[in-house]
Amino acid sequence: MGRYVVRRLLQMIPVFIGATFLIFLMVYALGDPVVGLFGDRAPDPATAARLRAEFNLDQPVWRQYLLYLGQILTGDFGTAFNGQPVIELMARSFPISFRLMLVALAFEIVLGITLGVISGLRRGGGVDTTVLLLTLVVIAIPTFVLGTTLQFFLGVELAWIDPAVGPQPGLDELIVPGLILALVSLAYVTRLTRTSVAENRRADYIRTAVAKGLPRRRITTHHLLRNSLIPVVTYLGADIGTLMAGAIVTERIFNIQGVGYQLYQGILRQNSPTVVGFVTVLVLIFLLANLFVDLLYAVLDPRIRYA
Amino acid sequence: MPDVPMKATPEAATLKATQPAVPVPVDEQPDSGPAPGKPRSLWSDAWHDLRRKPSFLISAGLILLFLTIAAFPGLFTDASPRDGDLTQFYLQQPQLTHFFSPEWLGYDAQGRSIYARIIHGTRASIIIGLTVTAIVFVLGSLVGMLAGYFGGWVDTVLSRVVDTFMGIPFLLGAMVILVSFDVRGPMVISLALAVLGWTTIARVMRGSVIQVKQADYVQAARSLGAGTTRILMRHILPNAIAPVIVVAMIALGGYISAEATLSYLGIGLADPAVSWGGDINFGKDSIRVASHVLIFPSIMLSATILAFLMMGDAVRDALDPKLR
Repeated sequence: MGRYVVRRLLQMIPVFIGATFLIFLMVYALGDPVVGLFGDRAPDPATAARLRAEFNLDQPVWRQYLLYLGQILTGDFGTAFNGQPVIELMARSFPISFRLMLVALAFEIVLGITLGVISGLRRGGGVDTTVLLLTLVVIAIPTFVLGTTLQFFLGVELAWIDPAVGPQPGLDELIVPGLILALVSLAYVTRLTRTSVAENRRADYIRTAVAKGLPRRRITTHHLLRNSLIPVVTYLGADIGTLMAGAIVTERIFNIQGVGYQLYQGILRQNSPTVVGFVTVLVLIFLLANLFVDLLYAVLDPRIRYA
Repeated sequence: MPDVPMKATPEAATLKATQPAVPVPVDEQPDSGPAPGKPRSLWSDAWHDLRRKPSFLISAGLILLFLTIAAFPGLFTDASPRDGDLTQFYLQQPQLTHFFSPEWLGYDAQGRSIYARIIHGTRASIIIGLTVTAIVFVLGSLVGMLAGYFGGWVDTVLSRVVDTFMGIPFLLGAMVILVSFDVRGPMVISLALAVLGWTTIARVMRGSVIQVKQADYVQAARSLGAGTTRILMRHILPNAIAPVIVVAMIALGGYISAEATLSYLGIGLADPAVSWGGDINFGKDSIRVASHVLIFPSIMLSATILAFLMMGDAVRDALDPKLR
């Protein structure tokens, strides 16, 4: 187990370097951060040169990247062009997005797996068809359409919730935004669980369990569910990273000042240290969540043991 | 004809419910395929199933309709999507009985006909969806095939490259690329979406090729002296491509959604280009007084995405021998 973790951590290094270099390249090679800083007006050449030297922008891209990597290894993510340390923006926004992600993940696990098991056990029946069709419709309606409409009905027409959340939202304020964020993944989790349950239901060990005379409830929870969850857990693990980063639309609709909000501002204003810094952390979260999921396999499936 | 999208969903529900739960065994169906005794190929088998499947027929009909609208918007409306008359039409409500006339679905806050706008907005979405899918399909299949077939260090390197591109969130990457362009046309947006979009296809293709390359017919071809290119193109590719096609169809809907999301965020197509995402963004500001400005482009967008998803689903079920 220990050796497996070490090997996986070592494998992550090239991916981490590759992904951060890729985003670095996209930000610094495609756009000109200094020009972006001046908006529509042309920058004063002397000021531009001074800024370029200050942020190492006069060096070749690969040297800029190495300098940047050296900086973040000492915990310094640089300063945004407005003078605020990027790490301060992160400390403010990551906890908010993390809470939002937790709410979304809870919806996916509770609702998604329950619906998936129910429709998987009744494959082809009325409930199954309804659930399947509902998931298709949910996937087909883009988040920004559903989010805007739901915010209007629940927040403005019915006034059940606040249409926008506060600067430090608690879990209760994040329930509706979390549901909106979760919906598409929720539909995928439902479909995945359904397929997996329907397939495993015909497995030999289920027949054995039935023949042994075990109660149906126990067969479902202990035998069927545990074996059916592996693909679902893989999906959920990969989804943690997506939910943290993919909240741009949801955070914009409900004015949540999390990672998506900061990134949206950063990208629009071509605020390079913010964008690269945030994406670097997101890549790290994505990689660690995937590792965690692989380790969880061993818990779910005793046939998988990491030497 | 264009009222079909709005009816599609409930219709699909009732039709789907009447379908037999267990597929009828092949030998009990009226045989219209090749002569009895001759085994059908995977695709002709699938086609045999699909022709009877309501969800496939509906989605195929819808896709045909959207392709026609995208190619010949002039067939559906004479009104211009860009001409606005504020004095006369400011946020005018829909006249739901005036089918296919400019006032049918009402007017937006600039006095432009919503009906004309959703008809003319189709082209951008369809072009971007198809272009991204084409690029991603070719690039992803190529990388996946090489990684799966050669294995060893080629696989290790290519898989890490795929992981690298997968590590960066899809929509974010597209935004970062697009913000550095001053003019964002359909081609630029397609490229931005394709840069990070090809990884899923590559993974599916790799898995599929690894399964296929152990088959006896590949061994036979190799022992008969077939070269690598011939084995890859004539034996591996045709047999490994099915799951990739299904994923690509479903992904096409996703790219259309992504394009609309970018336009909604203000980093996609902008005026004077007509796009559903931009119109939805515009419509949300007047949702209290004129919800039709938001609703009709949303319905068109969702119906298009739904059609491609349903098509992908139906084809996957038809190709999956486990469901027989």
